Amino acid sequence: MWLKFEQRPEPSKVMTYLSPLLAVGLMFLSGLILFLVLGKSPVEGFKVFFLNPLRDSYGVAELFLKATPLMLCAVGLSVGFKANVWNIGAEGQLLIGALAGGWLALHFEGSTSRLLLPGMIVAGALGGMAWAAIPAFLRTRFNANEILTSLMLVYVAELMVSWLVHGPWKDPDGFNFPQTKLFSATATLPLLLAGTRVNVALIFAIGALVVGWIFMNRSFMGYQMKVAGQAEFAGRYAGFSAKRSVWIGMLAGGAMAGVAGISEVAGPIGQITEHISPGYGFAAMIVAFVGRLSPIGIFFSSLLMALLYMGGEQAQQYLNLPSSISKVFQGMLLFFLLGSDVFINFRPRLVRRRK
Amino acid sequence: MDLSFLSSILFATVVAGTPLIIVALGELVTEKSGVLNLGAEGIVSVGAVAAFAVAHHSGSPMLGILAGMGAGMVMSLLFGISALTLMANQVASGLALSIFGVGLSAFIGKPYESIALASVQPIRVPLLHRLPLLGPSLFEQQGLVYFSWALIAAVSWFLYRSRAGLVLRAVGESPVAAHAIGYGVVRIRYQAVLFGGAMAGIGGAFLSVFYTPMWVEGMVAGRGWIALSLVVFATWRPLRVMIGAYLFGGCMITQMFVQGSGARVNIPAQFLSSIPYVATVLVLVLISRNRSTIRINSPASLGQPFLPDA
Amino acid sequence: MPTPTSDTPRLAIRGIRKVYPSVVANDGIDLTVMPGQIHAVLGENGAGKSTLMKVIYGVIRPDEGELLWEGRPVIISNPAQARSLGIGMVFQHFSLFETLTVVQNVALSIPGKLDLDPLAKRIEEVSERYGLPVDPRRMVHALSVGERQRVEIIRCLLQNPRLLILDEPTSVLTPQAVRKLFETLRQLAAEGVSILYISHKLDEIQELCHKATVLRGGKVTGTCTPAEETPQTMARMMIGVDLPACSHGEPEDGGEVRLLIQGLSHATDDPFGTDLKDIHLEVKAGEIVGIAGVSGNGQQELLRAISGEEPHADKRAVRVCGVEAGHMNAARRRGLGMCFVPEERLGRGAVPRLSLTENILLTAYRKGMLFAGLIRFGVAKRFAEECIKRFDVKCGGAHSEAKSLSGGNLQKFIVGREIMQEPKLLVLAQPTWGVDVGASSFIRQSVLDLRNSGTAVLVISEELEELFEICDRIVVIAKGTLSPSKVTSETNVEEIGMWMSGLWPGAKTQGEATHVA
Repeated sequence: MWLKFEQRPEPSKVMTYLSPLLAVGLMFLSGLILFLVLGKSPVEGFKVFFLNPLRDSYGVAELFLKATPLMLCAVGLSVGFKANVWNIGAEGQLLIGALAGGWLALHFEGSTSRLLLPGMIVAGALGGMAWAAIPAFLRTRFNANEILTSLMLVYVAELMVSWLVHGPWKDPDGFNFPQTKLFSATATLPLLLAGTRVNVALIFAIGALVVGWIFMNRSFMGYQMKVAGQAEFAGRYAGFSAKRSVWIGMLAGGAMAGVAGISEVAGPIGQITEHISPGYGFAAMIVAFVGRLSPIGIFFSSLLMALLYMGGEQAQQYLNLPSSISKVFQGMLLFFLLGSDVFINFRPRLVRRRK
Repeated sequence: MDLSFLSSILFATVVAGTPLIIVALGELVTEKSGVLNLGAEGIVSVGAVAAFAVAHHSGSPMLGILAGMGAGMVMSLLFGISALTLMANQVASGLALSIFGVGLSAFIGKPYESIALASVQPIRVPLLHRLPLLGPSLFEQQGLVYFSWALIAAVSWFLYRSRAGLVLRAVGESPVAAHAIGYGVVRIRYQAVLFGGAMAGIGGAFLSVFYTPMWVEGMVAGRGWIALSLVVFATWRPLRVMIGAYLFGGCMITQMFVQGSGARVNIPAQFLSSIPYVATVLVLVLISRNRSTIRINSPASLGQPFLPDA
Repeated sequence: MPTPTSDTPRLAIRGIRKVYPSVVANDGIDLTVMPGQIHAVLGENGAGKSTLMKVIYGVIRPDEGELLWEGRPVIISNPAQARSLGIGMVFQHFSLFETLTVVQNVALSIPGKLDLDPLAKRIEEVSERYGLPVDPRRMVHALSVGERQRVEIIRCLLQNPRLLILDEPTSVLTPQAVRKLFETLRQLAAEGVSILYISHKLDEIQELCHKATVLRGGKVTGTCTPAEETPQTMARMMIGVDLPACSHGEPEDGGEVRLLIQGLSHATDDPFGTDLKDIHLEVKAGEIVGIAGVSGNGQQELLRAISGEEPHADKRAVRVCGVEAGHMNAARRRGLGMCFVPEERLGRGAVPRLSLTENILLTAYRKGMLFAGLIRFGVAKRFAEECIKRFDVKCGGAHSEAKSLSGGNLQKFIVGREIMQEPKLLVLAQPTWGVDVGASSFIRQSVLDLRNSGTAVLVISEELEELFEICDRIVVIAKGTLSPSKVTSETNVEEIGMWMSGLWPGAKTQGEATHVA
């Protein structure tokens, strides 16, 4: 007997929504096994990793704080992914967004203008878009694979941040730490809830989800992106511009990543350091896939991913495990999702192997 | 500029290019079967940490290589299950492998972070190592350097002279036609994926056991991705992989020499460090602009899932 | 164990059944082929012919039934085993590898060591003996379709087959090339090779085959001796009813020119493509012009240039309804009143995973379906529903995915979508390719009606019968050049067939004629 996959006449709608849940279930299960293998009590590990972070309202607020950049990046990336535009450089776009907006904050230090903060957000978006425009241009003009170019630019962006905080932008009174001055109050995002760190960026993120939903599901341009992603030749047959899809896909990702970047440095971090993002730009790809590239799904999957980040910190603190365990969980989650997706188009059947 | 300086630059270039050659050749074979495995970065990372751990505990660099290879194959098997058996999107599966592999390597590698391995003595090729300039730079190298050269010859022979290589190319060209005349497309693709994983694992082992020799989180530093770009740069031809790899090796080494020379250059270190990445982008642009070269040389079914209709 | 004698069937199959999740492809099929017999398997698209052949060749496994090879029961589990038994197959969509040479392609289906030089010699020998000229050292992508078919046949013959299966072998050939192929097949049969000849072309089967087995809906509906039948009686077995006939009407005279192509030349950047050379063509309101030709002679490139999928720099080369349009993309040309039905239905004419409503939007969005950049789904849905009704599209409703429709129904949907936009000019590529007889005649009638209402129609097809049935004028494309046009009633299949080899009066490419055949 062996397992065979048999194509369904029509893809299963139920499995489309069930498969992320199945993937999450499998991830929990392998988490238990992982703790067991590491010689920790699975129950204890599960508690520390998945439950501890949410035991009080501050924890819940932190969850939303960490989910915010993930939501922003993921909704931007999903626009491109729908059109088969593989922007995997959101991490770099996030950093450049942080630099662009941060530059305003540092340059107009002490300014009390009400325009400073909005200006920083816009600069962040523009910075991210500019960084994403490079692979978009190289793809549309020279046919260069955007996966590889956008990824390479992540390393360049990281080095650029490192250079600035070690060099020109270093806080002269900062005891030689590689970081800029703290942003002034007028250059910092207002908090939504006193006593927590959740700030207005969450509103931006939810706004982005709403706009993203309308764009993908109701606008003709969103429809064209979908066609470009599912059937390139149909797009050409219809006369939709493939280049425009690439540009929109890349720029949407870049803009949202840029906003995420400036929201981090003008939010919980409050200055530019070498550690702006613990890989939000990469994790956002997983968020986008697990969220089925739909804004509603992305809302929930970004919360889940934020939980994995917090779980990693908890595991480091209480279980003496490296915090990179959260990346192991993230990777597993995406794998399980891709695997579970087979059930959307196929149904498993046990067949007898013929001699 | 004296000869020994030139020789040491050449030596270092070859060393820096070696893991790229090994990883890129593995990926090239994988891609020739029509499978795009973007997980190289993750496989190299896990291969590196596995090799380091085993070499550290056993004291044997050779066992380290085997461990790297084994780990690489296990990682690529994950990719195979996802992309070949479960027919998931190859791009997404590869990204998953990269994210997972980089995270896993950081996780496993944590306890090993402040340990250094004894450096492994190079192997001298009799007679040849006495050549001026070339001798010390080419023929007093680690075994894996010679292995990388042999690999180029072997992969070239395999692809263009052997029957199995012909079948592999046929599968990459048109899996439907290959299936119709009776070849097991999925089985052949699995073999190609596993080979690619094994090579990426060995490439990782070279980095952590022979090159540095130590383990630091993030030490792979995009080499897996650069190897992927090299395959495009080489337009899927093995010998050109070597040329590209040494060009990149040269890039990395030159910037290290400039940084290390203490010369009063007013270029920030980060600018120099970004050279390999910027060079990769430029190289991709130069090669990709000629669409018809890419079209003729790239395997026609690259990245497309195959579903047998039996 | 019985020894094979001349009374023992070469191949006998009993009760073959193959079920796919959505369709029963073969349902209890029996068939017997004698040594040296040319046996036709006749049926419409979707009757189960290809599935049955794949079962015999070991590509797919039947759920039930048995195969007797020269009297002995066998289970053929893969093509290599089929070949070792002595079964060879020439596929409808060639199973060749474009970037490999002829000899490498052949080597892939011959077991043993890779030794290309002796193999190339053997290829030359066989090609000489059976009149199948081909150069073993050439890359397959540089070969014409006719040559590719020869490569496939030679690949089979090298293994001395005792049963040769040909799947719709003449659909890509000129009438002259068909005759040559028949000579080769008769020679093989005379040497004792059995041949299974799959086709839906009744006249060919009458000319060539000794016996015929007719399939419909996965079942055998009859066996016959074609020489004793008429096309009408065989057609009735094949489709269950009499062949439907179209009502023609008369072409309009002196209508305005809706499509004008003047001096269109284009060097393709596709290494496997064909260059277009100095194309001239006009299509007037109220007439149907057909473009005949063997596939791979520039049809794809010409279509893309006309549809705007690949706009060209020279805007004067193509005029749609009097407007210079050479530089416009497909959407802008549609704005001028041109509609287009492409050859590939899934993935080009329709997006497989989108609903029919969403597929309406692909080209018909101008019909009031947009407001301020947003989609008015209600309008699109009503349009889809009307299209489904008017063009008799069998489906689950406007929400069905395009992928779930059968080829014929999807084609009716696409044709309907384009016609309902009331085009001034309609271009159709292979409008009935792979479509069942009923849907074919429905589509042809719709196109004729459209012409009668004053629309200019251009049809590109590899099916000569189809062009002769519906077109008012016919031109031929060969090697990227276009012949002068002929009024359909003043020419015949023989002449157009000659032209398809590039041999029309005044053609510049005489020397390349053999390349096309």
